[in-house]
Amino acid sequence: MNSEARAPDSRGRRLLMAELDGELTESEREELERLVAADPELAKERKRFKRLKEVTDSMALKPAPEEMWDDYWASVYSRVERGLGWVFVSIGAIILLAYGAWRGVETLLADATMPWFVKTAVLAVSFGAVILLVSVVREKLFLGPKQRYKDVER
Amino acid sequence: MDTALEADRAGEERELVARAREGDRTAFGTLVTIYMRRAYYVALGLVGAHDDALDLSQDAFARAYRAHASLDPERPFYPWLYQIVRRLCFNHLRDRRTRRRRMEEATPWLADEARATARDPAREAERAELRARLETAIDELSEREREVLVLREFQGLRYKEIAELLSIPIGTVMSRLYSARRNLAEQLEDVL
Repeated sequence: MNSEARAPDSRGRRLLMAELDGELTESEREELERLVAADPELAKERKRFKRLKEVTDSMALKPAPEEMWDDYWASVYSRVERGLGWVFVSIGAIILLAYGAWRGVETLLADATMPWFVKTAVLAVSFGAVILLVSVVREKLFLGPKQRYKDVER
Repeated sequence: MDTALEADRAGEERELVARAREGDRTAFGTLVTIYMRRAYYVALGLVGAHDDALDLSQDAFARAYRAHASLDPERPFYPWLYQIVRRLCFNHLRDRRTRRRRMEEATPWLADEARATARDPAREAERAELRARLETAIDELSEREREVLVLREFQGLRYKEIAELLSIPIGTVMSRLYSARRNLAEQLEDVL
């Protein structure tokens, strides 16, 4: 048998699947019988798949407790609300933190007793924090959705 | 009769989607109620854990609600939702922490329907082992193979429906199914 016939997408193998899943037409059934008669390997696979099909047919997804469905929509809606809540909390927190930091830096810089290198360090930290914040926000807004799913096979 | 019923349902869904698109919470809630079981069970098949399937399916609906403005009343709701569910499930499976946790706390996610008829304890133990081995074998399939297997075997979808849901040709559905079943058969060789 050539390598094409061994491939998962070979005609014989596709027909085997269709037979297992009850999607075979009468002419396809005849074609499959001819292929199986000519290929002992395919005939062996057919038997093996039939036994596997018996196993998978005897299993089902474990049923969820019926009461789970009563609160399902309420839980979904709570998630939506919480998501909205987090957006407001985050915006508020960023504004408050930025304002507090600004006032702190302002007071520090205005303090004549503070050594120059401390003032320089505070300015460097503030400048660095702004760069980091802008970078994170930009990544979330423009790169996030693509990067997050980059490994997903489609 | 069936066609008329289907058309009625499609019409109702179109109306619900149109209302949900405008931000109607009740309409979206109705869509959730219609599709929650389907979303949960497909997630269960894809991730193999009850708590995760519940969490991911609810998260998918929450994301869909937030993105309600992009709903299209001319297209069926479930294929759109399914894309969100599968993305979340696949990302979840790829997470290293998830993998570690799944190895530590594996709980059955398949139900053996033949077990009820197995009155003999030895036979019952044998069936329990078979179920556990099938779960492990499914866990080891690639995402694509697992997905078509779950949609076919546990959701009962026909090839045409799977092809439409995944936007792939029917031939690809069949070859992915073949690869999935060949891998399962190899894993379960000694019990088949």
